[in-house]
Amino acid sequence: MEINKNKYSIIVPTYNERLNIALLVYLVFKHLRDVDFEIIVVDDGSPDGTQEVVKQLQQVYGEDRILLRARPRKLGLGTAYVHGLKHASGNFVVIMDADLSHHPKYLPSFIRKQLETGASIVTGTRYVEGGGVHGWNVMRKLTSRGANVLAQTLLWPGVSDLTGSFRLYRKSVLEDVISSCVSKGYVFQMEMIVRASRKRYHIEEVPITFVDRVYGSSKLGGSEIVEYLKGLAYLLVTT
Amino acid sequence: MKHIVKLLALLVAVSTFWIGLLETVIPRSYAWLLPVYFVVSLGCYGLLMVGVGLMHFPTCPQEAGLLQQDIAEAKEFLKQRGVDVEYD
Repeated sequence: MEINKNKYSIIVPTYNERLNIALLVYLVFKHLRDVDFEIIVVDDGSPDGTQEVVKQLQQVYGEDRILLRARPRKLGLGTAYVHGLKHASGNFVVIMDADLSHHPKYLPSFIRKQLETGASIVTGTRYVEGGGVHGWNVMRKLTSRGANVLAQTLLWPGVSDLTGSFRLYRKSVLEDVISSCVSKGYVFQMEMIVRASRKRYHIEEVPITFVDRVYGSSKLGGSEIVEYLKGLAYLLVTT
Repeated sequence: MKHIVKLLALLVAVSTFWIGLLETVIPRSYAWLLPVYFVVSLGCYGLLMVGVGLMHFPTCPQEAGLLQQDIAEAKEFLKQRGVDVEYD
């Protein structure tokens, strides 16, 4: 079997994820045994001591495997990825959430899919057979499904899960796509995949399961629906 | 070509077809109502898709249990190696 000579930079933006980041790092190392990778933690000045925990993890796993590239305060998701990218030495980049809703056990399937198909982007989808969610009530499922149908009808994006943020990118592709994205929050995730689709990058999907976060408080809140609709309108007109 | 341009082109094509219909054999009253029928059908189709999707929304209740096991395993390993895993 051909040895995988690729290196994967896993960028994890964090804010107050002191326990989750430790659990995540353990699980990544558990599931990526024969893979060359590094984890880049972009912490936005968490007051709960996340960075101290990361330093402890560096003692266990090595400072060459876990990079802490912190920022002074909350500066947004998009810029967190850009910041992480600057320090990424891999030729592939994985972006994932720190709160364990994205389980590292799917990382091998992302890598395998990319190797099999030569895709530029592999995105995790919760909405197909083999994937799924847990911990969502009916309202949340309804809004998710409604939002998805609306986005599919308007944008024809070519992927089944637009707002998902568990993705593997070829580094050069991520750099190209991210430079043309301006949205914030989860609309940013949508913009990334839609722009990539418009630029005709080869995108593949793998099923993932999404368990709602166990520890910590979710960053969701506020007038999501309005933001989403505005985001859709923006994407409709500019992509 | 931007996506919106594609959609508008499609809209123009459909509108032209509809205007063409207005001029022909089909009784005017019916032809005038076609856009309404179309929009309503589209709306119904959308609602149907949402409903079907909601019914078949893939769930994974076993994943929560598996995750708890993973968390316990991780805490055990990390505690032994001096990583602070106590959550307040």
